[in-house]
Amino acid sequence: MLKFIVRRVLLMIPTLFIISALVYFIIDLPPGDCVTSQVDELLARGDADALQRADELRQLYGLNEPLWQRYFEWVGGIFRWDFGLSCQDTVPVADLIGERMALTLIMESTTIAFIWIASFIIGVYAATHQYRMGDYVASFIGFVGLSVPNFLLALVLLYVGKVYFGLSIGGLMDPEYIDKPFSWGKFVSVAEHLIIPVIVIGMSGTAGMIRRLRANLLDELQKQYVVTGRAKGLPPLRLLIKYPLRHAINPFVADIGGLLPDVISGSVIVSVVLSLPTTGPMLLGALKTQDVNLAATFLLFVAVLTVIGMLISDLALAALDPRIRFGATSEK
Amino acid sequence: MTDQTSPPQSGVPKSGVPKSERTAHFVNREPWDPYVAERLTADQEKYYMAGQWKLMWWRFRRHRPAVVSMIFLALMYFSTAISEWIAPYDLHSRHSAYIFAPPQEVHLFHEGKFLGPFVYGLKTERDLETLQRVYTPDPAKPMPLRFFCSGAPYEFWGMIDATFHFVCPPEGGQFFWLGTDRLGRDLFSRIVYAARISLTIGILGITLSFALALILGGLAGYYGGWVDNVVQRITEIIKSFPHLPLWLALSAALPVTWSPLVIYFGITIILALLDWPGLGRAVRSKLLSLREEDYAAAAQMMGAKPARIIGRHLLPGFMSHLIASATLSIPSMILAETALSFLGLGLRPPITSWGVLLNEATDINVVAVNWWLMLPVVPVILVILAYQFMGDGMRDAADPYA
Repeated sequence: MLKFIVRRVLLMIPTLFIISALVYFIIDLPPGDCVTSQVDELLARGDADALQRADELRQLYGLNEPLWQRYFEWVGGIFRWDFGLSCQDTVPVADLIGERMALTLIMESTTIAFIWIASFIIGVYAATHQYRMGDYVASFIGFVGLSVPNFLLALVLLYVGKVYFGLSIGGLMDPEYIDKPFSWGKFVSVAEHLIIPVIVIGMSGTAGMIRRLRANLLDELQKQYVVTGRAKGLPPLRLLIKYPLRHAINPFVADIGGLLPDVISGSVIVSVVLSLPTTGPMLLGALKTQDVNLAATFLLFVAVLTVIGMLISDLALAALDPRIRFGATSEK
Repeated sequence: MTDQTSPPQSGVPKSGVPKSERTAHFVNREPWDPYVAERLTADQEKYYMAGQWKLMWWRFRRHRPAVVSMIFLALMYFSTAISEWIAPYDLHSRHSAYIFAPPQEVHLFHEGKFLGPFVYGLKTERDLETLQRVYTPDPAKPMPLRFFCSGAPYEFWGMIDATFHFVCPPEGGQFFWLGTDRLGRDLFSRIVYAARISLTIGILGITLSFALALILGGLAGYYGGWVDNVVQRITEIIKSFPHLPLWLALSAALPVTWSPLVIYFGITIILALLDWPGLGRAVRSKLLSLREEDYAAAAQMMGAKPARIIGRHLLPGFMSHLIASATLSIPSMILAETALSFLGLGLRPPITSWGVLLNEATDINVVAVNWWLMLPVVPVILVILAYQFMGDGMRDAADPYA
């Protein structure tokens, strides 16, 4: 087991390295740099010193250095929690991202917890009440959740909230808590504001999970050991929990690997629509202005999150399933 | 015709039964068909003789929602061929007198009298408090719509000058069925034209991704070894990384100086680049098992080249399955394009897709007043639902064990 963990952790390092390099080069690919647009603005305003100012800025951001040198400076700084300067307002990236990353992390882990709990309850209910009203309702919700894209759902909810209830569901906390230190009131406010985004982001994941759990559980429920148990007079709930549920529960652990990229993708676009103070909107802005350091840091953060999530899911699966532990790859 | 002449009776040994009570010996002179018991009825014959694709079509036909979805999608795609006829206005024609005009209702009866489809003229006022334009229908002026008429001039497919439309605005009036946007452009016409881009980007993207999956998955599955290893690692990295941020980064990398058409192809390529691993994996694992089959070995021994073995002998065995899975990933492509354009990093005007239209709806304060800006959501969801139903039906039909 230890060998397995070590191998997995060691494998993470080259993966992250490749991703970070790729991302850094891609963002820097288009012609021009983040100073260009600022200078254009200054020139438009008739600022005579614009060109000189541009040179100063480029000097400051080190944009005259070759790309690979900037990349290694950036990578080297990461270990000191120094991600270079953000081009937008000449602030260290590290100062900009702290709270956003924390909120993103909170939002994404809440979403995954929501997906698990909701799909577990609904899935088990739908499977044990097959072809009844509840099952049909669950299947319908599942279908809608799978096919309606989350950002459109967010848009519609935003509209409904605004027009019919006079609510603004944007943001992640009440305005009075913004930039305030952590407190109980802030926690409650964040929790209240999390509800809508978590449901919107988790919708498709929940729908998929319900489908799989229902199908798996239905398969198990038809097996002979269940019939035997029932014939022997086991109480239904005990019978359900003790045997078939244990088999059917596998996808919950196995699927976190597939779930995580979806949740992260969803959280980026939904937080742009709902203008949440998470990494999404800032990443979008950074990409649009070619703020290489900022955008690359966010993307690396996303990558680290995914890779760690995958690692956790692999470890959990390995703990559960000896076939994986001993290195056999599962064919799909 | 049966020969009923009595057989010769001479030489028959005497038995206990009197001759008159014995049944006459009977021989049928017709040629005997030994397979008579196994003869198929016409229906059965049709079924057993049907090819793989025909069988699948029959199975697919049983799946009602899938058939309805297919018809719907066929109509949608057909509409992209004749967008110019369907849309009453041009994609870019602006009506500066009608900025943010609300959808006009189509009426049939005016003061209890049947008039045929008509709209009321719009009266424009300015709200002096909010400084917004307020449009009210003017019930004094019913204006009948014109059908199969000559209206705003356009170039059919950008080549032939024409003026034919299915529906035209009434004489001296306007017809904004779904309202107008901030430049006074007719939303319905724009949705009709945008279907061209939104619907084709899915098909184009999936074609590219399909080709990539066949080539890379095919190489990995057929050769195995280090080729397989490299391809596997690449697919793992792509599959495990969240697509949206990567799409964003890649499309932000497309230079602003490129023409919108080049951007369109660029976006398609980006979508395909991240989409192929799913299909590629399916190709690989199928090929891995199929290349061990006897017929593959036979082809190899007869000197067939790998390309021929893969393309001619192995791929057809699971092509139907692949096409079904590819269909299921078209909606995610359409959605990805919509999302990118919605965020302002995808297609750029003048190329117009549903996502570009939705980009106008990013500001909730504008949308709260002009709700019709959200209408492009409707075709997006309908098309995605239809693709999903059709894909489900195709997958069931392609499954030989169903």
